Amino acid sequence: MKITRQLVTFQTLVRKEMSRVIRIWVQTIVPPIITMSLYFIIFGNLIGRRIGQMDGFDYMQYIAPGLIMMSVIQNSYGNVVSSFFGAKFQKHLEEMLVSPMPTYAIILGYVAGGVLRGLIVGTIVTMIALFFTELHIANIFITISMVLLTATVFALAGLINAIFARKFDDVTIIPAFVLAPLTYLGGIFYSITLLPEFAQKVSLFNPILYMVNAFRYGMLGISDIDIRAAYGITLLFIVALFSTSMILINRGIGIRE
Amino acid sequence: MVALSIKNLVKVYANGIEALKGIDLDVAEGDFFALLGPNGAGKTTMIGIITSLVTKTAGNVRVFGHDIDTDLNAAKACIGVVPQEINLNTFDRVSNIVINQAGFYGMTVREAKPRAQQVLEQLKLWDRRNDIARNLSGGMKRRLMIARALVHSPKLLILDEPTAGVDIEIRRTMWRFLRDLNESGTTIILTTHYLEEAENLCRHVAIIDDGEVIQNHPMDDFLRTLKQQNFIINTRDRVTEVPTLDGCLVHQLKDFELEIVVQRDHDLNNVFAELSDAGIQVISMRNKTNRLEELFFNLTDRSDPGVPPETADQPGTEA
Repeated sequence: MKITRQLVTFQTLVRKEMSRVIRIWVQTIVPPIITMSLYFIIFGNLIGRRIGQMDGFDYMQYIAPGLIMMSVIQNSYGNVVSSFFGAKFQKHLEEMLVSPMPTYAIILGYVAGGVLRGLIVGTIVTMIALFFTELHIANIFITISMVLLTATVFALAGLINAIFARKFDDVTIIPAFVLAPLTYLGGIFYSITLLPEFAQKVSLFNPILYMVNAFRYGMLGISDIDIRAAYGITLLFIVALFSTSMILINRGIGIRE
Repeated sequence: MVALSIKNLVKVYANGIEALKGIDLDVAEGDFFALLGPNGAGKTTMIGIITSLVTKTAGNVRVFGHDIDTDLNAAKACIGVVPQEINLNTFDRVSNIVINQAGFYGMTVREAKPRAQQVLEQLKLWDRRNDIARNLSGGMKRRLMIARALVHSPKLLILDEPTAGVDIEIRRTMWRFLRDLNESGTTIILTTHYLEEAENLCRHVAIIDDGEVIQNHPMDDFLRTLKQQNFIINTRDRVTEVPTLDGCLVHQLKDFELEIVVQRDHDLNNVFAELSDAGIQVISMRNKTNRLEELFFNLTDRSDPGVPPETADQPGTEA
């Protein structure tokens, strides 16, 4: 298949994924908006006033980048895991598997869908944040690139989860028992400098810490970690997860008998 | 040219079940090919391997000369498949399902839209193009799966029980459509449990049983192997005495109905003459079962494994 035709297969899947996100907007867009609004009201407005400042910013300003990133992570992951597993469960994934659509186009199509949903929700959460606090962009390149790269990492992770999932329980276990703890412990609500030294060192093994801090650096100009390390780790995850997805789909693991 | 060539195809599942035990099969270009077999015979596994949904254990598959091991995407581009189970995105619109499928084969929306309209019109679904797929009836879903399989104009169409659960009117509409499609040059492989369907449509038949091809012949040759046929006749008057017919077995089923077992080489004119001599007027006559069904049952029946089938010859063993 010519490269232009391969591009058409990718565009088709992205269009299909976006129409799904829009078709079920009550499930895909509304819940994260409500959740994040509650975070802003409770943690930012009510509790945050008592906390005062963190790293020179109001607590609300400090947590806003983290909450935006959390919504991006959860939605890019959630979109791909539910869409891919749903296609597996209903067996309409076979539409793609019987076609000459290349594996990389399947992966990139689902990832693009996840990234786009992450960006849509992230943008809406940003707008909600503006009702509660002022936000400035310290470095637009870092802000945009880090949100895109992070969404890509978690969209790929969601895809791998969906590939291995055999029942609906399997698509909720990883988000509940792995993703949520790593996100909450990833420096969204606090600076790791507040933690004891041992906990600080343990936190450095959490990849979400790097992504959240790099994004916060892009918005506020402050970070607990080296931004270059954040880019390195994020890119490394993308390469590793994409390669893993290619191998799994090409071998038919979880999708072929 | 050979549309599909299968050599020594073997599939052993992880649980140790040997679904295919070295299948050899060729389907000629332009053929309408019936692939029959009882449940669990290996038909769907074989189709799964051809369409790359199932990984083969050993063997070789070529689709219009494209080896699925070395040239899979070219092979896939030649195939349209209608699976046994409904595998539609039931939350999507009818037109989207067909247009998206075209997109997965590399057709742009501009190219796909007129083609989608064409196949949806052919399958009487154009009026339902904006419906959500789950709101379609079972027969419509089956037709939608055929439309989806045809949107990229495949050279080889594989239909795995496409008329299962479909009412007779829609089934006959689908038969006409498939016959026209085949006459226009598309090679069709059909699996079905409706053997009258296979007998009516197909020019070649292969029977798979327990993972092996046990028969593979032109349909006419195969049907000629039937040694005897069972006819049901309805009489004008009540039959009070069962007639004796030369070379035939006769059973009375009802007051106005007889079953006559006729050997293949027996002249039916003689049967009618003898019935007439016995004062029996025949008002209608039909096969008890269709011929293919009779042969299929004899070949795959496991109810008495010690007794070999007696109502069929091997094609080619008699002139």
